[in-house]
Amino acid sequence: MTTHVGERVSRVDGRAKVTGKARYAAEHAAPDLVHGFVIGSAVARGTITRIDASQALALPGVLQVFTHENAPRLARGDKRWRDELAPPGSPFRPLQDAEIRWSGQPIALVVADSLELARHAASLVRVEVAPAPHETDLEAHRERAYKPPPHERPSVTPPSRGSADKAFARAPVRVQAEYRVPVEHHNPMEPFATTVVVDEDGTLTVYDKTQGVQNVQSYLTTIFGAEAGEIRVLAPFVGGAFGSGLRPQYQVVLAVLAARQLQRSVRVALTRQQMFTIGHRPTTWQRLSLAATRDGALAAAIHEAVAETSRFEDYSETVVDWTGLMYRCDNVRFAHEVVALDLFTPMDMRAPGAMWGVYALECAMDELAVALAVDPLELRLINYAEHDGNEKRPYSSKELRACYHQAAERFGWSQRDPEPRSMRDGDLLVGWGMATGAWESTQRKASARAVLTADGRLAVASATEDIGTGTYTAMTQIAADALGLPLERVTFKLGDSALASAPVEGGSFTVASVGSAVDAVCRELRSKLLKLAQQLEGSPLARLRPEDVEFIGGLLRARADPSRALTFAEVLHRAGIDHLADEVTTRPSKAHEKYSRYTHSAAFAEVKVDPELGTIRVTRVVTAIAGGRVINPKTAESQVIGSVVWGIGAALQEHSVIDHALGRFITHNLADYHVPVHADVPDIEVILVEERDEIVNALGAKGLGEIGVVAVAPAIANAVWHATGKRIRELPITLDKLL
Amino acid sequence: MNRFAYLRADDVGAAVRAVAADPSARFIAGGTNLVDLIKENVERPTRIVDITRLPLGEIGPGERGGLRIGALVKNSDLAYHPEVERRYPLLSRAILSGASAQLRNMASTGGNLMQRTRCSYFYDTTTPCNKREPGTGCAALGGFNRMHAILGASEQCIAVNPSDMSVALAALEAVVHVTGPEGDRAIAFAEFHRLPGDAPQLDTNLRQGELITAVELPALGFAEHHAYLKIRDRASYAFALVSVAAALELQGGTVTEARVALGGVAHKPWRDREAEALLVGRRVALEHFQRVADALLQGAVGRGANDFKIELARRAIVRALSHAAGRTSRDDARR
Repeated sequence: MTTHVGERVSRVDGRAKVTGKARYAAEHAAPDLVHGFVIGSAVARGTITRIDASQALALPGVLQVFTHENAPRLARGDKRWRDELAPPGSPFRPLQDAEIRWSGQPIALVVADSLELARHAASLVRVEVAPAPHETDLEAHRERAYKPPPHERPSVTPPSRGSADKAFARAPVRVQAEYRVPVEHHNPMEPFATTVVVDEDGTLTVYDKTQGVQNVQSYLTTIFGAEAGEIRVLAPFVGGAFGSGLRPQYQVVLAVLAARQLQRSVRVALTRQQMFTIGHRPTTWQRLSLAATRDGALAAAIHEAVAETSRFEDYSETVVDWTGLMYRCDNVRFAHEVVALDLFTPMDMRAPGAMWGVYALECAMDELAVALAVDPLELRLINYAEHDGNEKRPYSSKELRACYHQAAERFGWSQRDPEPRSMRDGDLLVGWGMATGAWESTQRKASARAVLTADGRLAVASATEDIGTGTYTAMTQIAADALGLPLERVTFKLGDSALASAPVEGGSFTVASVGSAVDAVCRELRSKLLKLAQQLEGSPLARLRPEDVEFIGGLLRARADPSRALTFAEVLHRAGIDHLADEVTTRPSKAHEKYSRYTHSAAFAEVKVDPELGTIRVTRVVTAIAGGRVINPKTAESQVIGSVVWGIGAALQEHSVIDHALGRFITHNLADYHVPVHADVPDIEVILVEERDEIVNALGAKGLGEIGVVAVAPAIANAVWHATGKRIRELPITLDKLL
Repeated sequence: MNRFAYLRADDVGAAVRAVAADPSARFIAGGTNLVDLIKENVERPTRIVDITRLPLGEIGPGERGGLRIGALVKNSDLAYHPEVERRYPLLSRAILSGASAQLRNMASTGGNLMQRTRCSYFYDTTTPCNKREPGTGCAALGGFNRMHAILGASEQCIAVNPSDMSVALAALEAVVHVTGPEGDRAIAFAEFHRLPGDAPQLDTNLRQGELITAVELPALGFAEHHAYLKIRDRASYAFALVSVAAALELQGGTVTEARVALGGVAHKPWRDREAEALLVGRRVALEHFQRVADALLQGAVGRGANDFKIELARRAIVRALSHAAGRTSRDDARR
């Protein structure tokens, strides 16, 4: 029997993407379309005292300049503005008052016949502001840190255990270090954009760049006080998002506001500079205190973190938990606090929390290995956690040992000379470093609808997204296998708020959640089809048990006798129906409560450093991932390769610099905000370790969107230490820090 | 972005007249820098004069055995031109270390000389910038100045010239041919760009309406002994923290002519003839290179985030001169 799950299937939407047929949010047209351009505030805090739009409005073709003075008052109350992923607090409401809360905050929307005209008119709008003092520097305001209120997240900071401080003081081998990480911006290739098409009956079709069409749809209907049927949100293609599209962004509010007011179709797209006025990965200070016995067993672990949030929302992420989870240790103390600054609320960004928390932990583990004179990999094996120490329960599966062994073997780790500055390639210093990664594997409630038609085709749909992750392809594979159909007879539809409910596309849970629903609904159709087939008069399959019938190539066939078969089309035709449909909702099983569910990784990196000039090149990365069953090794490897590139960026390049005098991100374009270019990306070897897991979901898939990034930056930072003997505890590691 | 008139010039005279008459008019060729600046309201030209149809796209022999490069020759065509690769490989290397293939395919020779600083504040119209708006101040002085000048800056402006090509042209002592309302003139490369002083809004010594028609390379191309070393924050598609164009003439291991131009450190490609002269008559040796580096960096001032560039430049100069000299010795040994 042919199966598609587990095969290297090329993206089913690949052709549409490379030929330009795939349309993104700003590419949808409407005959009456006009263009909005956002004006952002120039200061970080203050009150708008006057907006003079007269010069802009005088230009022929300028329709309106929306400001807090003339924009309609939308919903009242914080609760109505809280989208599905909003942290506690008072969400930002565009154009609802004169207050400025961060630099770049949208304070007006110019709408004109053309984008160029709107942009020009925007430059003519005069804004007067009474500025107020702002604070944007986390380090300078760390004394203001407070414990954020609990957040509806998979993990609230777990309780400390044992007596970490005492154990730390008593232990023979100790390391304590502070680690600093900057703000990063997601910078997907596709900027945030919305095209609102006003239909003849006045309903709005909103093409939005988002990771959650239903989240945006319910947000919009609530804040605009609209009926559910009045607004439909579509996002069939998304050009990357990495978490930035989990919450509705301000441009979607502005575009809908303008379209409703003008009763015309409106498009609003952000510029690259404006992409630095939205959520970001928060800058975070951390201190790791690790202590061990002489034989390397962890005696105490203390992980303290202070991260930024905004003045109006308490964003927090799981930074410190990893230290109690990843290694066996009886004495663990966690402290996680935030400082409210005059910046926009941070947002989840690929592996939020783990990115910074595991970076610090894994660098500290490297420092501890040096202090103990133990191989860094050996230290991790000594302290291998067989169960989750935070939750005190077993893992549903954990093939991390296999990750270590397979990646170390491929990398040649056993050849490493532990002495720093000991390995060379000509004049260059060579460094080898490694690190461990972990990320949660979750499943959310999700629904899928499937329709099998008389022509033997299967159409499956769910309101999830494909943000470049391969959702279209993976779901097509799962559906095809459940009914034994060739891929080309299966279509999967997503990115439409009118489809069966699905959670936002994030958290690495789409395959586990939506995939489970797709699998379940297709299996439901399979049962129905079999029942229909067996009820047919003179059915060749009558009285066979389900397990004695196979579904293959659009046929139902007796396993024992291939001549006893019916095509799907025949069954429907003879049963006198033209299609068979069902919708199924799946939820995490009860077993989830008894097990901790995580993906794991090990990354090994090689760097070459010019000892005089400080230039660093990553020359090799080998990473092994244990993420349960792999639906599509091709897209899975792509995910992990992309993650490694992200890790290189985090380790060596990415940095949203804030000018604290101005209270503004100043590296706000892709020339100043560096991400790796091709020339920075070395050979990346991805090993997908076999891992069976019958707890996580029926598919056994754990999700691979984030795990690949977690271990990379610390592996590189550790390699830089090994090459140079210098421990740089602040990312990114730029050459000036090595001079 | 503002509204502007677009004009396509049919001949050089018409182009010059169209811009000379209007102080806020701009020539446009590849547009790789100007269009960005217009979009962000940094440049607000009232008139754009498209010069891409002018007959300035040829590379041919110059006077006294040199090479004359038309102002509209694309950066990539210039870098890969066989005569340039053979006689002026330093220029070829410098060009290819700049921008990206796509940008080099659009950018022109004259435009490369005219590209404006990449100072983040210059690009952000909400911030003070004397170069963009004289008299508003310099946010980089006390702000994010990692990329900024260590030499020749003023309290008005610490921006740097971002060009790689210009660093090589400075080392090669190219001549810039321009034509303007008052006729043609030739400008020595060292005189083309200027230091910020108290008029940082001016990047060059071009007069209103003057158009670059060609860049001429002298016969001496240092094809044997040269190096272009660019140090940056990623392997490609990044502006230089420090770059060095080093060129030597050697006779039996003794330096007879030396050029060192620095990029990424000043408002213009940085040269110091007295420092270069320290090498002439000397044997190729590290200590002499170090002395040149010290001399070149005399008076270098860091502004905080860019302090490291002084030491980085010192090491880069020594490295580039060693490469330039070393390339020879290996070649010589092979012969």
